[in-house]
Amino acid sequence: MYSIATTQVWVNDQDEALEFYTEKLGMRVRADITLPELGDFRWLTVSPAGQPEVTIVLMAIPGEPVIDDEAGKQLRALMAKGVVSAIFLTATDVHATYEDLKSRGVPFDAPPTEQPWGIDCAFRDPSGNNFRLAQLAEVPAGV
Amino acid sequence: MMKIATAQVWVNDQDEALAFYTEKLGMEVRADVTMAEMGDFRWLTVSPAGQEDIAIVLMAIPGAPVFDEDTANAIRELTAKGAAGSVFLVTDDVYGEYETLKSRGVEFVDPPEERPYGIDCGFRDPSGNHFRLTQITEL
Amino acid sequence: MAYAPPARHLLRAKDLADARYAEPLDVDDMAAAAGLSRAHFSREFRREFGETPHVYLLTRRLERAAALLRTTDRSIADICFSVGLSSIGSFTTSFTRMFEKSPAAYRASFPPAAAKVVVPSCVVRAYGRPQHRPASSR
Repeated sequence: MYSIATTQVWVNDQDEALEFYTEKLGMRVRADITLPELGDFRWLTVSPAGQPEVTIVLMAIPGEPVIDDEAGKQLRALMAKGVVSAIFLTATDVHATYEDLKSRGVPFDAPPTEQPWGIDCAFRDPSGNNFRLAQLAEVPAGV
Repeated sequence: MMKIATAQVWVNDQDEALAFYTEKLGMEVRADVTMAEMGDFRWLTVSPAGQEDIAIVLMAIPGAPVFDEDTANAIRELTAKGAAGSVFLVTDDVYGEYETLKSRGVEFVDPPEERPYGIDCGFRDPSGNHFRLTQITEL
Repeated sequence: MAYAPPARHLLRAKDLADARYAEPLDVDDMAAAAGLSRAHFSREFRREFGETPHVYLLTRRLERAAALLRTTDRSIADICFSVGLSSIGSFTTSFTRMFEKSPAAYRASFPPAAAKVVVPSCVVRAYGRPQHRPASSR
């Protein structure tokens, strides 16, 4: 059997992304390895403090031949619209997490709002990647 | 405290994706709900058996009124090229897993190969999303 | 007495049930995986794992069905078939015996699966916020 280990977001600049994810979102670096034998490919992963087993890889947008120029342009345009990826984060106390992240400079669309599935807010990283942060609605006991 | 709960992949057809992820990849459905009042938006998530705390959302590429045609087409093309982003899976037995998935009809772009970090292989889903399956080498 | 891990042939049969319960798998397939006659296999499996292979396989299927009832809006028939069972009647009977409620009553005892759907912002913008009406009001 296998398990999900890492999900990816494309970033324009890995150093900028690293700073955002660690200092603003409060995540931890899980790996930061540059491989000279793979053209200085930098494998940079982060994840929430209490969740070491699943990470987000902050992947630099490669050029040719991995991603052709046209795809690269398309990708950047879609990233600017925030539609390439979507990661959903859950919080035990969304209001507290919201205040904490906001105080560190995370740009939220709006404060947490009540939705049927929970209390929810959204933000984007410096490359435009879309994140939802929510405290899930209580499920009755006995589930 | 914050946790990653779901990550998304864009799919051309949710039924096609569902069949692939459950029958070929052997994942389990975590949620499958269609909301008529939201233009039949279908929330469809899957994850490997035994890993219920995180799931992959199989998100249909929407048309109007959610996305205009150009955006939808751009997403579809990017995904088809495998450039929308990858999901990384880990296993204790990459060769065994490779054989199992292959026997179910999963098409691999790379068979298992030794790399600095481990042995890994790659496959794509029907929409083009790229997956890497890795057996990490203990350093 | 020293702990002896379950014999590999029995584990193979158990793993088969765990991996392929959603397919039309039965105890004969499990016995074949263990390389034993059905009767011999059932006895050994029960001695090793405390329940018959039939019950083990059925339990796996019914637990999965319960999860699908809670987290999807699929029809009960659809759920029955997707856990590898072919008779809706016997699915309902076995399920009710295990959970003390029919599949429909079990589903109704939980919030609707729709309550947990995370609707993307762009969809909300296009259609407005979802309004949840309880299943019974119509």
